[in-house]
Amino acid sequence: MLRNLSAFIAGGLFGAGLLVSGMTNTRKVQGWLDIFGDWDPTLAFVLTGAIIPMAITWNIAARRARAVLGNELPSKPGSQIDRNLMIGSLMFGAGWGLVGLCPGPAVASIGWGGLGGVVFLLSMFAGMYVAPAFRIRFKAMAEALS
Amino acid sequence: MHIDWIWGLVGGLMIGAAASFYLLVNGRIMGASGIIGGLVDGSGWSTWAERLSFVAGLALIPVLIKPVYNVPVVTNITDNIPAVILAGLLVGIGTRLANGCTSGHGVCGISRFSLRGIAATMFYLIAGGLAVIVFRHLLEAI
Repeated sequence: MLRNLSAFIAGGLFGAGLLVSGMTNTRKVQGWLDIFGDWDPTLAFVLTGAIIPMAITWNIAARRARAVLGNELPSKPGSQIDRNLMIGSLMFGAGWGLVGLCPGPAVASIGWGGLGGVVFLLSMFAGMYVAPAFRIRFKAMAEALS
Repeated sequence: MHIDWIWGLVGGLMIGAAASFYLLVNGRIMGASGIIGGLVDGSGWSTWAERLSFVAGLALIPVLIKPVYNVPVVTNITDNIPAVILAGLLVGIGTRLANGCTSGHGVCGISRFSLRGIAATMFYLIAGGLAVIVFRHLLEAI
């Protein structure tokens, strides 16, 4: 129960941060990506503001064995830059630039995003649902090529 | 130069605080696509309540604070519905293939100097920039 409450608080604070920073406004996101148009640097400040406290937190986490609610902290990340990471990130970036929404802001703005917001979210869910099949297909393709 | 950078920094600090809280209290990485994707494809059903609680907070709290926030809140999502569907599919498949999005790879990955997080962020920034050039400036579709 406590775990669900803290997850709700984290999600809520994340959503509030996205709203305050302007990241639920697709124009600001596309404005950041639009280096040849009316470039908007806001997103760099958002990422910097988020990364600095998080870097300190990773240092605190490294000195702890477990999280406050008992379970193990995430292990060290892998360093392999594989095909799925590259193809997936390129696909994600293309969709992100096309409409200006990534998963967090898409959920955070669902209350006022209108029809477009609902359609985006449902399409994203559909994409997530079929993604495991893509992963298997890419693996088979890679094995066939090697 | 827009003057919204202070709000960007304040909001960013809030996002960083949320990610810090989720890591230290729940022991989880705050990655939106991973939290949502685990519910959608069933891979995270063993922790469904925690995931759903996070998503509920993410969807509800902005709606509740929106009336007291003194800046007009807009999403400006394009009216081009086929573009919205295509973008949603690309974001859904792409983030799950790459195992992360702007929050997981961007905020949580870069801050621990993860090579995968840094590489993913470079790839999605390049693709995002190209998408804006193609769809906004060349095709004028968005």
